[in-house]
Amino acid sequence: MPTSKTAEAAGAREAARTAGHGPGRTGGRGARASRERGPRTFEQANRRLKWAMLAPALVFVGSMIVFPLVFTLNLSFTDAFGAVNADRNYVGFQNFTDAIEDSRRFWPAVQRTVVFTIGAVLVETVLGLALAMLMRKAFRGMRWVRTLLIIPLLTTPVAIGILWLLILDPTNGIANHLLDSVGLPPQEFLGSVSQSLPTLMFIDVWQWTPMMTLLLLAGLSTLPEEPEEAARVDGANGWQRFRHVILPMLIPTLATALVLRAVDALKTFDILYATKGPGGGSDFEVETLNVYAYGLTFDYQEYGLASAVLVLFTLFIIAVVVLLRRRAGRKSA
Amino acid sequence: MSAASPTRTAPQRVRSRGRRKLSWLRGVAVTLVSLVFALPLVWMFAAAFKTNVQVTDPSVGLVFSPTLDNFRNIVEDGEIFRSMLNSLIVGVVSTALSAVIAVPAAWAVGRFLMHRTGSLVLVARIVPAISLLVPWYYLFAQLGLVGSYTVLVLSHMFVSVPLILWIMIGFFESLPIELEEAARTDGLSAFGAFWRIALPLAAPGTATAALLAFVSSWNNFMFALIFADEDTQTVPVTLFNFISYASTDWGGLMAAASLITVPVVIAALIGQKYLVAGLTAGATKG
Repeated sequence: MPTSKTAEAAGAREAARTAGHGPGRTGGRGARASRERGPRTFEQANRRLKWAMLAPALVFVGSMIVFPLVFTLNLSFTDAFGAVNADRNYVGFQNFTDAIEDSRRFWPAVQRTVVFTIGAVLVETVLGLALAMLMRKAFRGMRWVRTLLIIPLLTTPVAIGILWLLILDPTNGIANHLLDSVGLPPQEFLGSVSQSLPTLMFIDVWQWTPMMTLLLLAGLSTLPEEPEEAARVDGANGWQRFRHVILPMLIPTLATALVLRAVDALKTFDILYATKGPGGGSDFEVETLNVYAYGLTFDYQEYGLASAVLVLFTLFIIAVVVLLRRRAGRKSA
Repeated sequence: MSAASPTRTAPQRVRSRGRRKLSWLRGVAVTLVSLVFALPLVWMFAAAFKTNVQVTDPSVGLVFSPTLDNFRNIVEDGEIFRSMLNSLIVGVVSTALSAVIAVPAAWAVGRFLMHRTGSLVLVARIVPAISLLVPWYYLFAQLGLVGSYTVLVLSHMFVSVPLILWIMIGFFESLPIELEEAARTDGLSAFGAFWRIALPLAAPGTATAALLAFVSSWNNFMFALIFADEDTQTVPVTLFNFISYASTDWGGLMAAASLITVPVVIAALIGQKYLVAGLTAGATKG
């Protein structure tokens, strides 16, 4: 579909251009000039313009990303500590081997990051898909429902963290009150080492399932209706139509949504920091790679080691993105 | 349809009535689920109007006599308003500058189909922000800028530029190119076509992108945590600092949290349709 649209647009562009060169045009200076210069210089003018339009964005993003990444890469091979501009010695891959051999902080952080991301994103995808299927056909109050869904994902994460601290407070929170009223034992939630990470995954699911729903709803709305109608005529039931007709067509959207959500979930910081404080909890129970790297950098000022961890983390995220996109077998933003 | 015999229309009407009932049921189900998602935030707003005794008593539900004491306290304290003003300044300036940079770039990517170049810029979405913080801090400290609005604006632009670019590429692609081409055959330069034709047409998309960029700046925690000082503190940092010295004052905390959520809720109420389009931009394109 997109290819034919592009070809159509190109055709229209060509037609418009030749119309400009055609006889009988008594346009302004620009039209005459472009006729004299001909299509080649016209293209050259375009080329200059498009780079001029892109340049500020490229310069900004380049200077805000490329320089820092080179800087961080450089730091990761040094023993920088205490102050970034202090004397530092190159130590080769020492920081990387230190990180990889650290089974006390580094590997548990990797494990938490992976568990948090896979767990939360998987639940968000399934719930989001179910909700999107429910909302697929228009119904009364659709507008209000969408507004209700959009609010959690626009809300300040720090506010969300504090709100859930109140709701999940072991003695005064409404959550345990509700559990009690249906006869379930009270839970510690964020107050305990073992429940903190699952609780934070739950909060992430609460905040981001609506995003999944909206993304998948947008994807569903672009699907053609004929295949489903055909399957209905052939006698396929609701589940069969979903499983064999809709789901395969939805895979590209699903893959894009997964990549977007996974990248953000891997980098989750605000809510972890707001609910469990800077250190990731008394027993590092919610210390993900992001929180670990943050602590190394700003609490311990171990710039060398922190940079090595961040280089590894960045490579890990890139690997996840490449893998997910390749599995989807399709190029998408 | 009108010519159809009664025997054909009858079962169809039954089916459509069945479908309508199904759609009604579906509406109820969806509304219930959405309320579950909305309830925690309702709880937050309710708690902002409770006394501290009521906040920490879970048997006090959503029916109680509201008090404005919590708001009175934070108004008297004044800190939250100073940081709201800071957030407003940083948000507006960073969003405006980002739009100036990103909208022309998005047009170039969308119109000249430079997707490879476009996706290069989107790398900014993938890189963990922490890996940029130390170099930025180093650089900005050398320039004596740490704690200034400039640093906050620049760091927030790092998020906003890719965000606006991402939304606007799709938007420009969806605009019919014929209008710009017609303008050019009538004598406008390519830039003239962008400036006088494409840009005005892209106003709704730009507004959506700018609104989302502003919200992301308003919500941003990590950059302000590192780069802001006491005078330039933004709302998430102020809110976070509240926890440490007012951890028992749940009412005050909830009032402050509600206060900084109000702009977001208003944005969602006004721009619901456009915000959804902005949030989902790019997700469905191949």
